[in-house]
Amino acid sequence: MNLPALADRAIVLGARATDWRDAVRLAGDALVDSGCTTAEYTEAMIRMVDDHGPYIVIAPGLALAHARPGPEVRCDGLSVVTLAEPVEFGHAHNDPVRVVIGLAGVAADGHLEAVAQLANAFNDAAAIPALAAATTRDAVRTILAGGGIA
Amino acid sequence: MKIVTICGAGIGASGILKVNAERALQRLGLAATVVAADLASVSTVAADAQVILTSAEFVEAIGVTRADVVVIENYFDAVELTTKLEAAIG
Repeated sequence: MNLPALADRAIVLGARATDWRDAVRLAGDALVDSGCTTAEYTEAMIRMVDDHGPYIVIAPGLALAHARPGPEVRCDGLSVVTLAEPVEFGHAHNDPVRVVIGLAGVAADGHLEAVAQLANAFNDAAAIPALAAATTRDAVRTILAGGGIA
Repeated sequence: MKIVTICGAGIGASGILKVNAERALQRLGLAATVVAADLASVSTVAADAQVILTSAEFVEAIGVTRADVVVIENYFDAVELTTKLEAAIG
């Protein structure tokens, strides 16, 4: 699975979330809106945090919301939500979250290429603040493509 | 040598950690197999592993293991990963 192209509907800029659940739900809604998942997948993403804690906050300011592949995933998908106000997830080191990435894959073993490309983009320490500050969808696409700050 | 990365679903966070651990190993000039897995399969997947890379949230659930359990805070911080891997392996 290559990193799926980001449809306009999969990018939500300057969203308002009341708490972490709301923030994850926004990323899930964007996956649903882009036709890749059903609402059950969004609930599964929230359940991962309920079950295991805020480990999806994998870097300062960034949450990678995802759940397992399953019937609630129709196609490989990616969504990006930036928050107007940062939200606390309860993570010891990486709070508050300003960017939520939603990730859905139809098969577990197909994820790796997509996450490798995500890693490429985010291994640039400037990528998360740049995403948080992005004002256009094309800027988001450029940053995720590893193209630096648009 | 075998390194296992653990997260809740075994695909997203642990996948990122696998990719970046492989890059850190390359920088260190070390050879190891890195496998991403979910928490539920840790006892079987990590039975023959030397190192488990994960988040603080999973340490308790991973429980007793012969492997070194190493907590990574920033999955994209090459310096953190390289330093902690080197300490665990070296």
